[in-house]
Amino acid sequence: MAKLIELKGITKSYDGQKVIDSMDLYIRDGEFITLLGPSGCGKTTTLRIIGGFETADEGKLYFDGAEISDVPAYKRNVNTVFQKYALFPHLNVYENIAFPLRLKKVAEDDIKKRVGEMLKMVALLGFENKSVSTLSGGQQQRVAIARALISHPKVLLLDEPLGALDLKLRKDMQNELKTIQQAIGITFIYVTHDQEEALSMSDTVVVMADGEIQQIGTPTDIYNEPKNAFVADFIGESNIIDGIMLEDRRVKFSQHIFDCVDGGFGKGEAVDVVVRPEDVDVVAPEAGMLTGQVTAVTFKGVHYEIIVDIKGFKWMIQSTDFVAEGAIIGLYIEPDAIHIMKKSKYSGKFGDYSSFSDEMDRLSDADSAEEF
Amino acid sequence: MKHLSRAYLILIFGILYIPILTLILFSFNSSNSTASFTGFSLEWYAELFASAETFIALRNSLILAVLSALISTVIGTAAAEGIYKMRSKFMKSAVNSVTNIPMMNPDIVTGMSMMLFFVAVAAIIGLEYESIGFTAMLISHTTFCLPYVILSVLPRINELGDSLSEAALDLGCTPIQAFFKVKLPNIMPGVLSGMIMAFTMSLDDFVISYFVGSSNFQTLPLLIYSMTKKKVTPDMYALSTLIIVTVFVLLVLSNIKSGKKLDAKKKGGK
Repeated sequence: MAKLIELKGITKSYDGQKVIDSMDLYIRDGEFITLLGPSGCGKTTTLRIIGGFETADEGKLYFDGAEISDVPAYKRNVNTVFQKYALFPHLNVYENIAFPLRLKKVAEDDIKKRVGEMLKMVALLGFENKSVSTLSGGQQQRVAIARALISHPKVLLLDEPLGALDLKLRKDMQNELKTIQQAIGITFIYVTHDQEEALSMSDTVVVMADGEIQQIGTPTDIYNEPKNAFVADFIGESNIIDGIMLEDRRVKFSQHIFDCVDGGFGKGEAVDVVVRPEDVDVVAPEAGMLTGQVTAVTFKGVHYEIIVDIKGFKWMIQSTDFVAEGAIIGLYIEPDAIHIMKKSKYSGKFGDYSSFSDEMDRLSDADSAEEF
Repeated sequence: MKHLSRAYLILIFGILYIPILTLILFSFNSSNSTASFTGFSLEWYAELFASAETFIALRNSLILAVLSALISTVIGTAAAEGIYKMRSKFMKSAVNSVTNIPMMNPDIVTGMSMMLFFVAVAAIIGLEYESIGFTAMLISHTTFCLPYVILSVLPRINELGDSLSEAALDLGCTPIQAFFKVKLPNIMPGVLSGMIMAFTMSLDDFVISYFVGSSNFQTLPLLIYSMTKKKVTPDMYALSTLIIVTVFVLLVLSNIKSGKKLDAKKKGGK
């Protein structure tokens, strides 16, 4: 797959505040790439620079090998699905979708045929003459997608397009978007703060924080081999513990020496150790590598979420077996469940569940749109 | 308490509308007495329609109101868009207050300054004041109508925000196409109400027209005022009645229209 879009040293500030700091990124033709990060990490600004709505202060943007840093939005072969849909309220569904074709003075017959195809693709046949303001959130979303795709752009930009939908609808739309992307085979650049969405849809995930790219990789890479404490914490749940690398494949943390599968660190180097909650086995205290007291148990449906105090550090463990609060349990960790990361500026900020509460972790589900 | 509030309502509406109703009643009076109603007649309407002077004044007023409303709507909408696009907050509020000055300024001051200005312009380009009378009137009316248009369009633009324009640009509109194809249709209610406001302000204006106007361009308010120097004849009541009826009809129509829109919105929003 060839490079379709390339960002080189892109920097952008607002009122002296850097939102993107010297960013380098390339996007291949036909891939589904997601810019993932918390709000304020610069992901939307990056998308707006690619779309042509913002101009970078420094750096260059290439499209298909040609520089387009100063090409205005309406001349770029890129279309956008906006967060709030941005449908035109004075036009009906048909005219909204036909809008880009009318601008290009496409023949009426052709418009009719192509709008028909689009309506079929987004399952809105029969809605042609409806006013867009009478549609539900999900339907408006589909109209926005159809309108953005009808002029066959090479790249579709999606700015948190599912943010305003309720959970069930969001899952359906995720599948649908992925299906559409595979069917038409163009590049999708998707912006979201929802890590689950990013992992389930993308070919490539770009994790961003503080205007910088933290890690680029496939969803499995990002999940299994996070580069630093920020990525480990942001993608899924993680216990991140201070450790010392004794030698290759030997690490010491929580006053115990573990076998692991990572190497290439200096002898005695301080590292961050990541253990995913689902990779820890609960065993009898005497059989455990570590022992601790259960301080909280929450039923989550598929599993129990157990907080265990081990020498002052609170671990999160997910287990299908019930453990009583206050019980002393042992933990057993396989070598390949231990992932070692170099220390970074995010070390020590994440991965401790001592202040953990469900409230903080819950994603903000925006006002739910109506089912249809 | 209920009776009291009803009485209050009747009192207020009485003070507002009894004078107007009296005027309408006396426009149908068969004599020109202002004290007693002596019988129904359409005599004053006949006289009104027979007077060429009144008609010329009415025609002048309408031409002036339509033209100044159109021009101030175009300039005002462009100005509102320009103010919206300004990056500097300071400049924005500065320009905003400057455009509001003609509205805050007492008409008499605006009128006098306009007159001085146009007299000077006429002298400089070496023309009789009479020959630029209409132009002077049009420019003055456009000037004082402008803030009302901006005031009615700017909130619409602010409310609409950038998202629709960005979507239009994204789909291939040039900035100019984006404005005409997407933004303008969506701020149209504000533009129209600004235009109607400008139209009525111009039609209604006396003070500024009195200073700027010249003898060969008489508007209706000027004519009526010049008549009061002699004696107001009931044909002016007839004229006022016609104006009131026109305004009333316009008001009812626009209310029905906005009422329908609200209903549609309620249905749409679920």
